[in-house]
Amino acid sequence: MSSGPVVALDVIKAGPLASLQDAGRFGVRHLGITQGGAVDLHAWAWANQLVGNAWGAAALEVTFGGLQLQASRDLTLALCGADLGATIDGVALSPWRTLQLAPGQVLGFAAPRQGMRAYLAIAGGFHAEPVLGSRAGVAREALGGHDGEGRQLAVGDALRVSTPAQSPAPSVLEVPREQRPDYRQTVVLGLVPGAQIGAFSGRSLFDAFNAEWTVDSRSDRMGIRLAGPVLNSEVGNLVSEGIALGAVQVPPDGQPIVLLNDRQTIGGYPRLGTLTPLACSRLAQCQPGQTVILKPQPLDRAQAEYRTFRKPFAG
Amino acid sequence: MNAPRIENAGLGGWLVRLFDTIDEANLPWVTALARQCESAFGPALVDLVPSYTTLLVQYDPLMLTPDQAQRRLQSVLAELAPDESDASGSEKELPVWYDPSVGPDLPTLADARALGLEQLVALHTQTTYRVFALGFAPGFAFMGSLDPRLEAPRLATPRPRVPRGSVAIAGRQTSAYPAVSPGGWNLLGRTPVTLFDRHRHEMSYLQVGDRVRMVPVSREEFLRLGGDTTPLEAS
Repeated sequence: MSSGPVVALDVIKAGPLASLQDAGRFGVRHLGITQGGAVDLHAWAWANQLVGNAWGAAALEVTFGGLQLQASRDLTLALCGADLGATIDGVALSPWRTLQLAPGQVLGFAAPRQGMRAYLAIAGGFHAEPVLGSRAGVAREALGGHDGEGRQLAVGDALRVSTPAQSPAPSVLEVPREQRPDYRQTVVLGLVPGAQIGAFSGRSLFDAFNAEWTVDSRSDRMGIRLAGPVLNSEVGNLVSEGIALGAVQVPPDGQPIVLLNDRQTIGGYPRLGTLTPLACSRLAQCQPGQTVILKPQPLDRAQAEYRTFRKPFAG
Repeated sequence: MNAPRIENAGLGGWLVRLFDTIDEANLPWVTALARQCESAFGPALVDLVPSYTTLLVQYDPLMLTPDQAQRRLQSVLAELAPDESDASGSEKELPVWYDPSVGPDLPTLADARALGLEQLVALHTQTTYRVFALGFAPGFAFMGSLDPRLEAPRLATPRPRVPRGSVAIAGRQTSAYPAVSPGGWNLLGRTPVTLFDRHRHEMSYLQVGDRVRMVPVSREEFLRLGGDTTPLEAS
């Protein structure tokens, strides 16, 4: 058998946005290079887990849908996260499970029924040359992804697999039911309060943690805007400083922006605090118009929650 | 230097605030702290983001608890001494085509200060800037300090799409956008220089510590240097 990477899937129809994502690009943020990586770590990790991949393998992040992929060999895949109306040769397929494709079969995505982003993992991991230590595709920076240049998937592109599975296809594996969120529900997001929280007015703090915030349509992998009551702080423009994943910044228009994986590395707007990694993952599945609630969460609780989340995943 | 503060930056992060205001004298302290963190955190270190007055330290929350990470920072800070190599950095020039078609905030800023466009451009080009940090986007250099007469707040709502090469100001800072991105800074003009290229040995044209001068060029010179004249509205 050949040991090099081989074509697994051909793109026969491109959707609005699909890119390879791993755990992220680290150690280069001092050059202004963003973190990247799967915006929903939870669904991404479970997809890799189902096909036996270690933490960090690249999976395909499919945003909104529209994509069609044709198998060029026998494949074992896993699909987790949003229900984007996936089908195999037109037959409906629900997420949170493994699936098999035979050569010529078409895996298609329609439009979101719940959630925004589906993750497709393949046994052995999708192959791509790591760029600055990661396969995370960042279009804005022209880094990573299937072609190393951050381009999103287009018709005629191929997705390769590093080490095609040799063993016969296992039976269908599913993610435990309690690990499958209902993305349609209004969700409570844990926010670790930051050092500038005291600079917000009492009224604004009350509103921040009591209002229902509406996810704005101006949202992407950089950040998600929340619409609701105007939040005021005494802090004007700050000296620009490093920004963590999940930072909730409030520009002068008073409408918070939650900064996600493709955020700028440095910024100068006052911040309420930082969403936990799992809160970021859950927020990334909210459709525009859905509502969320922010709730203060102590740092040690965030730490315990994250360690519990990581337990099932090897490597 | 005041007593440094270690501020909460969420799970897996602490923001060390060394100073309150922008000053060239901060640079050797921030770079020293970054170097010390590399050895103090070892494999638990995920990323360091130095800036004008702060260092964001990201560590692996599976390897360290927040308390453990904070204690490591406290011991580093207790022994911190500034780097001596403050003379580092080279002289760089950025040719800039200042024009309202690529610098749409130029007229508004000039009007608000009762200045002519030429006077405003002169104020921007008379200073030799220092690169304090790279951030926001690959190769985006935070430079200071702007003449106080040019000081301007960020836009209330950032633009969704700022063209590549846009030269901009915010607060007492100036920079140029290496690639198309959203941005809240005030746009004055455009540079034809490729500010970031990962295939180059020095990926970023501008490096922390560099001394940078803006050189006004005509539209013809800008084009000759490979600049893109597409107006903001059409880009």
